[in-house]
Amino acid sequence: MNLTIFLLALFDGISYAALVFIVALGLTLIFGVMRILNVAHGSLYAIGAYVTVSLSGYFLALGFAPVFAFPLMIVSAALVGVALGGPIEWLLLRRIYDKPEVLQLLVTFAVFMILEDVQRLVWGSQPYFEARVLQALGNVTVFGVTYTVYQLILLPLVATGLLLGLRFFLRRTVIGKLILATTEDREAAQSIGIDADRVFLFTFMVGAVLAGLGGALASPTTSILPGMGADMIVLSFAVVATAGLGQIGGAAVAALMIGLGRSFAVYVWPEVAVLVPYLIMVLVLLVRPEGLFGSPVARKI
Amino acid sequence: MKNLLTTTMLCAVLPFAALAADKPETLKIGMTTFLTGPASVFGVPARDAMNILVENINSQGGVNGVPIEVTYIDEGAGAEALTSEFRRLVQSGGAEVMLASISSGNCQTLAPLAEDLKVPNLMWDCGTQRIFEENSYDYVFRTQGNATSEMLAAVTYLLKTNPDFKTIAVVNQDYAWGRDSWDIFRTALQVMKPDVEVVGEFFPKFGAPDFSTEISRLQALRPDVILSTSWGADLDTFVQQAFQRGLMNTSTFVLPLAESSLERLGSSLPAGHIVGARGDHYFLHPERRDDADFKSFMAQYTEATGDIPVYPVFHASQAIAALTAAYDKAIAENGVDWPSKEQLVAAFEGLEFQGLGRSLHLREDNQGVESQLMGTSVQSGDYPFATLENIMIFDGEALLPPLGEVSLDWIKGLDAGFADSLTISTYEN
Repeated sequence: MNLTIFLLALFDGISYAALVFIVALGLTLIFGVMRILNVAHGSLYAIGAYVTVSLSGYFLALGFAPVFAFPLMIVSAALVGVALGGPIEWLLLRRIYDKPEVLQLLVTFAVFMILEDVQRLVWGSQPYFEARVLQALGNVTVFGVTYTVYQLILLPLVATGLLLGLRFFLRRTVIGKLILATTEDREAAQSIGIDADRVFLFTFMVGAVLAGLGGALASPTTSILPGMGADMIVLSFAVVATAGLGQIGGAAVAALMIGLGRSFAVYVWPEVAVLVPYLIMVLVLLVRPEGLFGSPVARKI
Repeated sequence: MKNLLTTTMLCAVLPFAALAADKPETLKIGMTTFLTGPASVFGVPARDAMNILVENINSQGGVNGVPIEVTYIDEGAGAEALTSEFRRLVQSGGAEVMLASISSGNCQTLAPLAEDLKVPNLMWDCGTQRIFEENSYDYVFRTQGNATSEMLAAVTYLLKTNPDFKTIAVVNQDYAWGRDSWDIFRTALQVMKPDVEVVGEFFPKFGAPDFSTEISRLQALRPDVILSTSWGADLDTFVQQAFQRGLMNTSTFVLPLAESSLERLGSSLPAGHIVGARGDHYFLHPERRDDADFKSFMAQYTEATGDIPVYPVFHASQAIAALTAAYDKAIAENGVDWPSKEQLVAAFEGLEFQGLGRSLHLREDNQGVESQLMGTSVQSGDYPFATLENIMIFDGEALLPPLGEVSLDWIKGLDAGFADSLTISTYEN
C-alpha cells in the first residue's frame, strides 16, 4: 500500500464516517440523557431524507437555485424533530421511562415499524434520487481521483461543527447545563426546580433533529427508498456501542474507526468490507464490554 | 332396467368426461410478486401491468368466455409466508395456474412445491439458470430466458462494440444473482477474449447506500470496462455516484439491467454506456413499437402509472400470453370446452406465445427461448432520460446451452467464434 492509496482510503473513510457520526450523535445524545435506545431513530433519518427530497424537488422545479436545498435540509430536519420527535416523546416515551428496558426497546421498535410503513404509504416503494445540490458544489481532484466537494469537504465540516457545537451547548449554555444536571441525577435536578419533563422533551427533539439532518445530508448521495432507515440504525448503533452508550466525543472516534476500517478494507480486502464495522464492534466489546469510552455503570442494554 | 341402462351409459361416458373439465366461472390464477422491499421496483410495475393485461383479455371475453381473476402474493413477506400463501391459494383458493416468481430463491423454493401440488407454475421473471439444469419438472415452465442467455448477450454486445478493451472490473450486489451473473460473464469473457485482465472485483452488500470507496478505488485502477449487474436502488446509487465523480467519462459501463432504471436515472446516465433489458424489453422496441397492440398497451400503462414500462412489465405480458395460449391450444387440440389439468400441462409442451416483445417458445426442458436486446445509452433530448441507440436483438436459441447441458460447462467449451455464430438484428435506435 503506497502513500497515495493510503490517503485516498483516508479521505473515503472520513467522508463516510462524517455521515454516520451525525446520525449516531443524535442516538447517543438521547441515550445519554434519557437512557432509552431509540430504534425509531433510523426512521427519523429516513424521513429526514424523504422530506428533503420532496421539498427540494418541489422548490427546484419552481426554478430556485440548487443551493437553496441547504436551507431546505435544515427545514426538513427541524420538521422531523418537531412534528415527529415531539409527539413520540410526549405521547409515548414519557409513559415508559420507569418501565423495563426490554419494553422501552419494543416500544421504539414498534414506532420504527409503524414509521417504515408510513414512508411506504406516503412516498411509495420506488427509489428517489435528488442530487442537484451536490452537483452544484462541484468536484475536487486529488491524486487523479475525483471527489465531490460535498462529500469530501462539506460533510466532515458539518460533522465537526456539530460535535463542537453540541459540546459547547452542553457545557457552556444554561439549557445545556440543565440537560447535564438532569442526566446526572433526575430526582436531584427536579428537587432544585428543573422541569425534567421539558428537558427530556427538548433533548429528544434535538436528537430527532440530528437524525433528520443526517438523512437530509445523506439524501443527495444515495437512493432514498424504504428500508434505508434499518440499515442506518444498525450502523449507528454499532458506532454508539463501540464508543460506549451516551459518549458524544467517543462516537466521533468510533465513527472514524468504523469509517476508516471499512474504506481500508475496500482497498485491501474488499470481501470483508461489509463485516468490518461489526468486527470492530465485537473486538472492542470483547476487551471493553462498556465500550471504548463508557463507564461500566452506564450500560443498560 | 331403465336405471341400469342409465348407470351403464354413465359409466361408459365417464372416462371421456374425466378428460375434460367443467368450465369454471372464473379462471383463478395466483401471481407472486414483490409489493414490498427493494425488489418492488420490479414487482409493482409487473402487478400494474398484469391488471391492465387481464382487464384487456377479460373485456374481449376472457379465455374461451371465462374471465381471468388474479390474486397477488407479496414475495417481500418472506419465504415462509410466501410458501404458505402459495399452498393456500392452490389448495383452497381454487387457483388453476400459478405465476411465481421474481426472486430466483423463491423460484427454487416454489418449483418443487408446485410439482408436489401438481399445479402448473409459470416462472415469469426469475433468472437463475440452475432450475432446469439441476432438476426436471413436469408442472414448472419458464416464460422467459435465463441468466445464461442474458449474460452471453451482454458479453457479445460488449465484444462487438468495444473490441479492443484490455481491463475490466466488476461491482455486483453480494447475493446469489450478483455472484452467479459474474461467474457466467467472466467465464464467457475468458473463452471469448482471453487477453482481458480482471483488475477489480467488488461485491458491496445488497442494498448498500454508498459506493464512494469503491468508486475511488475504481478511479485509481482505471479499468476500460466496469460491469455491474446490480438493479433497483443499488444500481441507481452506483450510477449516480459514479456520474457525480466523473467515473463514467473514463470507463465504459456495462449494465445488463439498466433498462429498468433509465427513467429514474434521468440525465445521470450519459451517452456511450451499455444497457441491457433481460430479454427484448424496451418501451421503444424497434420491431414492435409501431404495432397496434404494443402502442395501445404502452399508452394504457403510462396513463395508469405515469411511468414508462420496464422489463418486468414485458415478463408479465409473456407469462399471461403463455397462459392464454396454452388454454386456447388445449381447448382446440382436445375439442373440449375447458381443458383438464393434464390437457393444459400437455399444451405447454413446445408452446409458442407472444407478449409485448418478440414471439417466444418453450423448449423440451420447459425453458423459454427469449430474444435479448442490448443497446448503448444516448441522451437524445426526446425524453428527460437516456434512451438506446445501436440496438442489437439476439436470437435466443443459440444463447442457451443445448438440452441437458450445464451452462458453465457449456460456456467453457465456447471460443471467440461464438459471437459470430449468433443471429443478430441491428437497429440504429
